[in-house]
Amino acid sequence: MARRRTLTQRDARTGLVLISPTLLIVLAAIVLPLLWSVLIAFQHLKLIQIGTANPFSELTLDNFTRVLGSSALWSSLATTTVYTTGSVILSVGLGLLAAMLVRKPFRGRTLVRAAFLLPYIAPIVAVTFVWRMMLNPEFGIVNELGQSWFGWAEPIPSLSQATARWNLLGAEIPIPTALLTVIAFEGWRYFPFAFLFIMARLEAMSAEPEEAALVDGAGPFQTFRYIVFPQLLPVIGLLALLRAIWTFNDFDDIFLLTGGAAGTQVASVRIYELLTVQRNVGAASAQSVVMAVLLIAMLAVYWVILRRRGEKV
Amino acid sequence: MSAASVVQRHFSKDRAWRRVLGVLRWALISLFLLAVLFPFYYMFVLSVKPIESLLRDPGAIGISIQDFTISTYIEVLAPRSEGGQGFVTFLQNSAVVAISSVIVALLVAIPGAYAVARLPFFGRRQVNTLFLATYLFPAIVIAIPLFVLFTRLGLRGSLVGLILVYTAQTVPVAIYMLRNYFETVPVAIEEAGLMDGLSRLGILRRITLPLSLPSIVATGLFVFMIAWNEFLFALLFLIDKREQWTVSLGLSQLSGIEVPTTVLMAGSVVLTLPIIVLFFMTERLLTGGLTAGGEKG
Repeated sequence: MARRRTLTQRDARTGLVLISPTLLIVLAAIVLPLLWSVLIAFQHLKLIQIGTANPFSELTLDNFTRVLGSSALWSSLATTTVYTTGSVILSVGLGLLAAMLVRKPFRGRTLVRAAFLLPYIAPIVAVTFVWRMMLNPEFGIVNELGQSWFGWAEPIPSLSQATARWNLLGAEIPIPTALLTVIAFEGWRYFPFAFLFIMARLEAMSAEPEEAALVDGAGPFQTFRYIVFPQLLPVIGLLALLRAIWTFNDFDDIFLLTGGAAGTQVASVRIYELLTVQRNVGAASAQSVVMAVLLIAMLAVYWVILRRRGEKV
Repeated sequence: MSAASVVQRHFSKDRAWRRVLGVLRWALISLFLLAVLFPFYYMFVLSVKPIESLLRDPGAIGISIQDFTISTYIEVLAPRSEGGQGFVTFLQNSAVVAISSVIVALLVAIPGAYAVARLPFFGRRQVNTLFLATYLFPAIVIAIPLFVLFTRLGLRGSLVGLILVYTAQTVPVAIYMLRNYFETVPVAIEEAGLMDGLSRLGILRRITLPLSLPSIVATGLFVFMIAWNEFLFALLFLIDKREQWTVSLGLSQLSGIEVPTTVLMAGSVVLTLPIIVLFFMTERLLTGGLTAGGEKG
């Protein structure tokens, strides 16, 4: 009995030893910087001072009053919200469609599946460059084909035009061109992520309920609606959540595609500008704290909805 | 009689639908393939033609034999002293950063994942929450203090700092991937090892590691891809030191100066090719490793 307890105790100690490098590196390179960042949000600092200033200098709410009072914050958050919602729906929707398409075995399926993952694994800098090239108004292939095949009157500057006006039945409808283009890009780049996980779930699914539905005379749409989709719902929910968090915080894609111009200034690009152009660390940190708080609030809502549903079922 | 005919009509309607869906399915698969492959094809086509040829006929999407050139690649790869963009140096930097990140991340994550999978240490359950919380914040938030810290420590502008950040960023996912696999190793085998007098470390090294090799390779590849593709931290930390740039950073900075588009595309191919080759060599391993345990939904 005593020997057993010592084994468990020894295991517990070994466990701590084995996990400690992980904890150390995550604490040093992620957690502490995060906390420091929150602290900076409450201090009066310029980028040049920050290396030398006392990390525990006087606290103030000035950064927050400044950031919360500027209309740029609210417009960047609104843009981020539209961008996130559109990107999540598009990428998860396309991923679901793609997974359903290659579900049944066929020749070359492995290769097709691998090809579907390409947009996601390729370096972001390279794929944004190709997109910019393809959409270039002067010699990009999209405008070239649009003009010669589809009779576009003039090239569309997809990444530099904030709003286009479409005439539909006499009414002028404003279209946020650049924002829609970056959302399309997100759909293209991140559908593979959803595809991968939905496919894994589909493969683990038992075939019996579907066979039973077929025998009972259910059509293909009914089978999907009532048998397949409900089983996919948990993984779709999880994917939507993950993609929402990552898109909300995303910096690279927009920075490399538009640089935040033409109505695509999302929150993290604005933080970058506060940091590098205005060199105002305090304001940059304050805005990121605002972002994090919003994200946590949204997650809390999500969690409450999940629990409600769970209780009803 | 009438009931039978209703059933029959129902069935033939379904059959018609299925046929339409069958055709639609192939059309959509082709469309997806086109959307996924064309940008990469276009990247390659532009990279092997001179800029004059592109400007003359922007709609040409075939590879023409008489225009074919690799001068774009020579310009991208050649060192600055010879009028090139010095991508060979950038490739070396990227390789050093990516490979070191893989080694460090695995050295840290393997024992960590084993501990989370098997050992009842204090705070084991909180580890996941901690990791999840770290993904809630935008990377740029962490970048601000790290920038300052690294400047003070003299790590900014060095690849070591970058390797440290990439390791920290990938270790939580690496632990998640490895832990799922470690848990599939039967406990009975490990207990047999304990009986034979192996320590926990001995078990990890002699039993768990050899059995988990596929998962370890997959995790290593994942870290490699993240480190090779990363852009923001490279931009923030290395921008002042050209000789330390990674390929991603070098390529992004090319667009700022007057460089022909075809050369940019050659740079994009240089950046993308290693990842795509690596991916196709190990596709099965990688996709399996990433979603392992995810099937449960």
